[in-house]
Amino acid sequence: MLKFSKDHEWVEVDGDVATVGITQYAADALGDVVFVEVPEAGATFSQGDDAAVVESVKAASEVYAPLSGEVTEGNQVLADNPGMVNEDPLGEGWFFKLKVSDAAELEEMMDEDAYNEFIADL
Amino acid sequence: MQKTPLYDLHVELGGKMVEFAGYQMPVQYPAGVLSEHQHTRESASLFDVSHMGQLILKSTVLGAELEKLVPSSIQNLTQGQTRYTVLLNEEGGILDDLLVTHRGDHLYLVVNASRKDEDLAYLRQHLDAEINYIEERSLIALQGPKAVDVLSALNPVCATMKFMTGQTLELAGMSVYITRSGYTGEDGFEISVHNNDVEELSRLLLESEFVKPAGLGARDSLRLEAGLCLYGHDMDETINPIQAGLRWIIQKRRREEKGFPGADKILDQLENGPEKIRVGIKPEGRAPAREGVEIVDSDGNKIGVVTSGGFGPTVQGPVAMGYVEASKSGIGEKINLMIRGKAMPANIVEMPFAPHRYYRG
Repeated sequence: MLKFSKDHEWVEVDGDVATVGITQYAADALGDVVFVEVPEAGATFSQGDDAAVVESVKAASEVYAPLSGEVTEGNQVLADNPGMVNEDPLGEGWFFKLKVSDAAELEEMMDEDAYNEFIADL
Repeated sequence: MQKTPLYDLHVELGGKMVEFAGYQMPVQYPAGVLSEHQHTRESASLFDVSHMGQLILKSTVLGAELEKLVPSSIQNLTQGQTRYTVLLNEEGGILDDLLVTHRGDHLYLVVNASRKDEDLAYLRQHLDAEINYIEERSLIALQGPKAVDVLSALNPVCATMKFMTGQTLELAGMSVYITRSGYTGEDGFEISVHNNDVEELSRLLLESEFVKPAGLGARDSLRLEAGLCLYGHDMDETINPIQAGLRWIIQKRRREEKGFPGADKILDQLENGPEKIRVGIKPEGRAPAREGVEIVDSDGNKIGVVTSGGFGPTVQGPVAMGYVEASKSGIGEKINLMIRGKAMPANIVEMPFAPHRYYRG
């Protein structure tokens, strides 16, 4: 099931591994993505840490770790094809996978309906 | 917040409106910055630049008066000739950059939106001349290799004009003052047209299969690839024309006669070289280096700072410009850019990043 953060990240949890990306809303707001820097396997984050960088033609933005944990894989496709973030933000444009260390943090994230309401008010 | 006469058209075209220099301007349209940039290089794009200041300067001896504040030769301009120059403060620092066109009985100046009120006050304070805004005219730019075809269909004279010349013409029954000039590195035209006509003319140009609208985002990436300065970023009051790499704007007569603000300092740096100078920078990796990024040498010593940088859609990679110590400014010099705490290798390169394609006849 997809969960969302107020910083416009999505996570999809399979067992104890969460795949993390940015939402369609975030990708549209950024515009054409021209550079992505994803974390390497082994990096550990607390919830809210700077985890990745995404740059559009206009500006650089941080992607925060929506959950605490240890990175198991960064999406290397984005290094050569950053535009994938615009093309398929919820699919092939994922940023990294994370072994979740505190499942309780997941409970605090929004479900899809709540997130859609959240962005409707922005 | 001010609006240009094309505001409603921008909104209708889906422009994403942002504040720029006190105006609501489109930063991009639904096509997006990359697409607008590429379209400009391949075809033609329409830009609204009505936020810029259009001024008329009248004085008894045309040219001589403005030369008191700029280092370029203005007296030698012939009617219809346009020249790029800078407005200087007493120390030789750059107050603004501008285009000056000789229009017979007066000079026509186009200055930056963010500087126009200061410019007008400064010019009025120092010159024995009558200087006024052209309030009733908007300014649009049609830029790209197809611009000449589109405009020639409306008036064939356009095809005969050379880069940096201007004239009064009729386009579809509208009287315009048109110069073959721009801020993209491409062939193109800038059209000063009455506020009552600008929407009609813009819609007419947009009807062409070659023309699409482009916003401030593409304007910025295009001028960066063309190696052109953005005032307030790549030049300001603390930078003189030699440091900015603009020695070519000081013609021989002005070097000999001096007589412009900061002449001694500027001419000394012209001869002996400045301490720091504007250079082109090409990062080796893919990470863009933005304004404010520190430049360090191979030993980690700070030698300069990036003043403009980003992704170059035509170059298909990051490009930047900035100021470095003159001793480290040679083409091919290896430098490092401090991006998010990491030293990223880069090289000093010649500008422009994308070749200029002006029509010189």
